[in-house]
Amino acid sequence: MLEISHLTKTYKTGDKALSDVSFTVPQGQVLGLIGPSGAGKSTLIRCINRLVEPTAGSITLSGEPITGLGAADLRRMRRRIGMIFQEYALVERLTVMENVLSGRLGYVGFWTSLTRRFGPDDVRRAYRLLDRVGLMDHADKRADALSGGQRQRVGIARALAQEPELLLVDEPTASLDPKTSRQIMRLLTEICAEAGLPAIVNIHDVPLAQQFVARIIGLRAGRVVFDGTPDQLTHEALTAIYGAEDWEAMRKGNEEDHEAERDAALRMAAIV
Amino acid sequence: MQAPVQYPARWKRPPQIFTDPLWRRILFVGAAVYLVLALSTVDPNWARIAEGWQRGLRFIGGFLQPDFTSRWRDISNGLIESLTMTLTSTVVGVLISVPIGIGAARNVAPPAVYYICRGIIAASRALQEVIVAIFFVAMFGFGPFAGFLTLAFGTIGFLAKLLAEDIEDIDESQAEAIRATGASWAQMINYAIQPQVMPRLIGLSLYRLDINFRESAVIGIVGAGGIGATLNTAIDRYEYDSAGAILLIIILLVMAAEYSSSYLRKFLQ
Repeated sequence: MLEISHLTKTYKTGDKALSDVSFTVPQGQVLGLIGPSGAGKSTLIRCINRLVEPTAGSITLSGEPITGLGAADLRRMRRRIGMIFQEYALVERLTVMENVLSGRLGYVGFWTSLTRRFGPDDVRRAYRLLDRVGLMDHADKRADALSGGQRQRVGIARALAQEPELLLVDEPTASLDPKTSRQIMRLLTEICAEAGLPAIVNIHDVPLAQQFVARIIGLRAGRVVFDGTPDQLTHEALTAIYGAEDWEAMRKGNEEDHEAERDAALRMAAIV
Repeated sequence: MQAPVQYPARWKRPPQIFTDPLWRRILFVGAAVYLVLALSTVDPNWARIAEGWQRGLRFIGGFLQPDFTSRWRDISNGLIESLTMTLTSTVVGVLISVPIGIGAARNVAPPAVYYICRGIIAASRALQEVIVAIFFVAMFGFGPFAGFLTLAFGTIGFLAKLLAEDIEDIDESQAEAIRATGASWAQMINYAIQPQVMPRLIGLSLYRLDINFRESAVIGIVGAGGIGATLNTAIDRYEYDSAGAILLIIILLVMAAEYSSSYLRKFLQ
């Protein structure tokens, strides 16, 4: 369980990215974080593993504080929090396997990681995860040889290799086409359900969020302006988050996407 | 009815640096005046040039009829010495530059380390190889050891600076992702930085190898051994045919290094 209370972040430039954000993510919940660009979504999830240092407030994971940890303790805390990135953030010139194994860096010593002699459990787990995300045959390819969707799967496998207690997911689908986006979101939610893993998914695409997550938090200018289920996300709520816009048009676009996806699913079924 | 808007058909790129036309004119005129004044202070000695022309022709004559045989023993000794100096100094220089280069990259090193490493690089770059060679020859005597130290020292300034700049240019998100797994600093360098800069580091090292070979010919002239010393002796004795042979060998070796290193770099990408 993740508890965030009165989290505030003010950048050196004086920009207030987050002000007084508080919420709790219970075990197994997949939470979608929506809001316009610059609302502080990225800052919020980076504050949780302290890639960005919060200015004030506290964060605890399973009752243990994340804020205020020293360097060594922070590393130990970070390995319990898996992170998935927008542009995949794989190390392009390393192999897929090395990228997945890099999820174990917080657990192994420098010498083990330098010589790439990870223990049998780590290697077995890495293969199992690659199999789970459907990339068993690509283990020895270089990461830059993969397509966008495949890369994001490697990103997911890397985060899961940490055996995390929490997943932070930063715009997982922003660089992917609609169909691949859905596949990635489905994979993420399935994995979270399998492991009872809570996740915070930072996402631009509101219909996609509504389709896959159990709870949505809307940020606007660094404040929580909506917190509820996808059904509660009405026009008024969307206007509160994003400002006035024609939301019906967006829904229609979404229905088209749905049709495309059904079509894709049928074709996939035919292949299998 | 609104009248159709007449859009301009001409467009000129606005001046980007000096936007004031007056200042532009002053700068142009000032630069021209300075050029004329500076040229007028150059005072060539035409008689000396005519005389030197003769020597130049003799040099070229020797170059056209290179004599590889009569001083071959000296030449081959000088070459072996130069190549040894080149290889050893490049290896040692690269090994020292890597930690200094990492320390001189602002995005991975703490400020104190950064300033120290930048200081070392500045010191190495400020001193030209010939000056360093004179210093080391004075310290360790004539011969290739002084040359080896000189080239290793020069390699540090060159390689550490370019490596540091390359590290500062990396894709930060890859490093961020590795840091987010709970990796230590050393693991982050090994997993996120090294794969990104390795091809360039290898390319730069090969490039430095051929710079070091060329430099070995120059510093030999001030007594740091190698083919430069042989070349210097040949010129002192007015043996332009032998000197021509040495220069040809240097050119061929540099060309060989050029082709092989560009091939290797392409292979490594």
